[in-house]
Amino acid sequence: MRLRALLTLHACVAVLACEKKVESPAPAPAPAAPQAPTAAAPSAKDVILLGEIGSLTGAQATFGVSTKQGVEMAVSEANASGGIKGRKVAVQVYDDQGKPEEAANAATRLIAQDHVAVILGEVASTNSLAMAPKAQSAHVPMISPSSTNPKVTEVGDYIFRVCFIDPFQGFVMAKFAHENLKVSKAAVLKDQKSDYSQGLTDVFTRKFTEMGGTIVGVEAYAQGDTDFRAQLTAIKKAKPDAIYIPGYYTDVGIIARQASELGLKATLLGGDGWESDKLFELGGKAVEGSYYTNHYSPEDPAPQVQQFIASYKKMFGAVPDSLAALGYDAARVAMDGMKRASEPTGASLRDALAQTKDFPGAAGTISLDGARNAVKPAVVLQVQGGKTKFVTTISP
Amino acid sequence: MANAGPASGSWLKAALPLLVAVPLLAALQPLVSTMPFALYISSIVGVNIILAVSLNIVNGMTGQFSIGHAGFMAVGAYAAGLFSLRVKELAISGLPPMLSDQLLLVAALLVGGAVAAVFGFMVGLPSLRLRGDYLAIVTLGFGEIIRVVVQNTDVLGRALGLSGVPQRSTFFMVWLWVFAVVLVARRVANSSHGRSLWAIREDEIAAEAMGVNTTAYKVRAFVISAFFAGVAGGLFAHFVPILNPGSFTWVKSMEVVVMIVAGGLGSTTGAVLAAVVLTLLPEALRTLFNQFGVGGSSVDQVRMPVYGLLLVVLMLGRPQGLFGTTEVWDVLPRWMARMKKRLA
Amino acid sequence: MADFVQHLINGLAAGTIYALVALGYTMVYGVLQLINFAHGDVMMVGTFMGYAVAKSLKLDLHPSLWGVLLVFGVSMGGCAVIGFLIERFAYRPLREKPRLTALITAIGISFLLSYGFQLDFGFLPGASPHAFPEIIEPAEWLPLFGGEVVIRNTQVISFLIALLLMVGLQYLVFRTRFGTAMRAVSFDHRVAGLMGIPTDRIIAGTFMLGSALAAGAGILYAIKDTAVQPLMGLYVGLKAFVAAVIGGIGHVPGAVAGALLLGLVEEFVVGYTASTWRDAVAFGFLIIVLLVRPQGLFGRMTPEKV
Repeated sequence: MRLRALLTLHACVAVLACEKKVESPAPAPAPAAPQAPTAAAPSAKDVILLGEIGSLTGAQATFGVSTKQGVEMAVSEANASGGIKGRKVAVQVYDDQGKPEEAANAATRLIAQDHVAVILGEVASTNSLAMAPKAQSAHVPMISPSSTNPKVTEVGDYIFRVCFIDPFQGFVMAKFAHENLKVSKAAVLKDQKSDYSQGLTDVFTRKFTEMGGTIVGVEAYAQGDTDFRAQLTAIKKAKPDAIYIPGYYTDVGIIARQASELGLKATLLGGDGWESDKLFELGGKAVEGSYYTNHYSPEDPAPQVQQFIASYKKMFGAVPDSLAALGYDAARVAMDGMKRASEPTGASLRDALAQTKDFPGAAGTISLDGARNAVKPAVVLQVQGGKTKFVTTISP
Repeated sequence: MANAGPASGSWLKAALPLLVAVPLLAALQPLVSTMPFALYISSIVGVNIILAVSLNIVNGMTGQFSIGHAGFMAVGAYAAGLFSLRVKELAISGLPPMLSDQLLLVAALLVGGAVAAVFGFMVGLPSLRLRGDYLAIVTLGFGEIIRVVVQNTDVLGRALGLSGVPQRSTFFMVWLWVFAVVLVARRVANSSHGRSLWAIREDEIAAEAMGVNTTAYKVRAFVISAFFAGVAGGLFAHFVPILNPGSFTWVKSMEVVVMIVAGGLGSTTGAVLAAVVLTLLPEALRTLFNQFGVGGSSVDQVRMPVYGLLLVVLMLGRPQGLFGTTEVWDVLPRWMARMKKRLA
Repeated sequence: MADFVQHLINGLAAGTIYALVALGYTMVYGVLQLINFAHGDVMMVGTFMGYAVAKSLKLDLHPSLWGVLLVFGVSMGGCAVIGFLIERFAYRPLREKPRLTALITAIGISFLLSYGFQLDFGFLPGASPHAFPEIIEPAEWLPLFGGEVVIRNTQVISFLIALLLMVGLQYLVFRTRFGTAMRAVSFDHRVAGLMGIPTDRIIAGTFMLGSALAAGAGILYAIKDTAVQPLMGLYVGLKAFVAAVIGGIGHVPGAVAGALLLGLVEEFVVGYTASTWRDAVAFGFLIIVLLVRPQGLFGRMTPEKV
């Protein structure tokens, strides 16, 4: 009897001993030399650390990678012009692989281990929603570059975004379809695995109907599917003038191909999830002539946009997409807030950020409203010749 | 054949570990809660241990091949999460709010576990007609169907996920349940009930011929296993801000399978150790890589193919895994006796 | 009516691809009683081999018969080799061990291949989807219902290729010595060995054959759906396995029947009812079949002897 008790005690201690391992979380910091902006230099007091979380791997990796590059450029520009109040800026980036619990994990890490001043991220609203409560309760401001679901900023007053929200985006396409393209019957093909897609679908169908149009069918697919013919055949039967496909470029390209194969003549419409140069590779000729709403167009003649594009091309050798532009803007808004705030962290940073007005961003002028969302116009782009062409701007 | 020893004595024996554990955990709780990252990691480790040990009851002790464990976890997570959401504003009168919260959490976990157990029953039932490989596919299908159902159900948040679940999980609660599952697994393994399960594992037809009601035992194994997976899911729901079907995919099921295969199918100790190592190691590597600026994301990318390779290498070289079917509490007495002799 | 016919065509097109993959599953199960979880991923590897060939030789610029033959030849041959290697080094050592061990190994290989190919490193393609080059110039061949439904050349060619492969397989299995040996081994591999059949070689040959068929299916799939990415094998493989089980695992015509049936059921359920339940259809169908008729549509109940 005593032996048994002793053994179970040993077992408890053994298991708890594993616990002890956990409590010294990271190997003792003090890395050899300060590294590139993407690594941490934790103990240096004269460096302001920005945290970033994105999907650097996974199917929609271009989103995370573009955003990261935009942020990188903003930080290197800031450091080149003297930093913030004399202090250098660095970024600590974590990959969340597109999973919300990893995003939450990364947020906890940034807050508790790296002690960042602000968190930039994420692109996907689900991941932002996983991070936001952590940031809010720790009083660390968070700026999402491209999450468009309205719920994100509703988490609390420390959560901001520099892009428009889905209720606006869905409305923009409904308006464009109805007024510019004179579409009377529309169908929707949504990605049921994506909250972003569901949100846009809800808004679009409501607004389009309010404007007098008819939604003749709503079909769904799952992200990663490759055969959409069943849904497209059903849509074809309803004879729509246009099909709204508020999904991600990885699926949209194939959908366009199969729609054309089935002889669907309807115009294809989409949202900012289409934004990627892979869209043209996957969609080929089928995606030509389609329209989608976006945050910015590389053809925008505004000087700050053209300068941004030129610098980005020099640094990364490619034309920036809207993800990069928004990443750039998010980082710059954060740093601008830090300059204006008395303390570049916490509550004073939050207050400074909330007052962001008429900030000249690469993806448009940014003014944050009472709900901490950016009030900005959206652009409509058309796919032409393997590239996008600016069509029009629609303001809120 | 009667069950183990005199009633009161065996109850004390069984309860002893808990009696030791509770004050220990309570002592550690305030320490850990000051370190949010440690809290998060220890919670994830705890959840994975519960998943591994519970799956071990079905895959290890009973020799079935269930690869849809994440489905039970999902069911438990959503059930417990919804329950907590509904009672968020309630408090048990007369108790300090902290205690009331924790008790409500326990209630939520029990709800999650119970619902998952029901599903465990439903999935285990076809095991009458299905052998090994087929059962594997059915369990896989179950996991997938659950995912699709969640994605289509508004009240579960569809693809956006279920948010707003009060984040009440504590270090104490998670590890209390870890102890509970380990104790239950141990009791099951050492009982006559467990002996029937081992018999089914070794040779199902022979067991049936010896009068073991194989279907009943298999279903029971599924129910117990699913209950704890549901509890694990419920705990998960209370420390992750948003519940998303993407957290409960087939890949998650396979991660748990890798843990128990590596630890040794049938060994609770092996399951615990493998869960701890396989959860902490990628985390540690990621931190290490980040410190050296290599980019921790490469760890995550390589993790899955490495798991695959690990499975192959294990099966070819050491199919019984690390521990086979031995347990630390079986081996320790002999080892201690030997030590005593050597030191004497 | 037009849309019904369109759905029919879509379903059959999907079904033929499932059938080619299902044949590999069912043949391997017949000789080894093993569900080769890695089968779908072997298909994926074959597809990427074909992609590499088509892309590097820029076959989409001049689509030709030789190009098509080359792509099929390289991918099917390459996969046969891979199938051989997997069988030789991962499954053969486990031949006498419990089936669970081999099953776990199969899952391990599946993970290794599918997630390994997701790494962006060297020749590994990475996680993002790639567009398979159009090695057949698309054209409309047969308009029906006044142009509402169009049967395209790619569909006809794919169907013919699949048919050719299946007929070839039938011939192989029932009219050649190898086929007879294969059937003998699947009946009882110990007795077959006693009869002088080189079981190791027959099993290796079966694997190679199944893998080659899977590669062919993969190329047809890429022609049909364009997007290729490393995880494509997982789902197609799973559904093909479901099809094989529905038809009666081990039963060659059953696998084809099950696959066509599954393709049609999936298409009609998604097309006519809620399309959000697509992933659940295959599994739901499987569970129903397993509960009602566990030996599958064409299989026979074989009592297990002790």
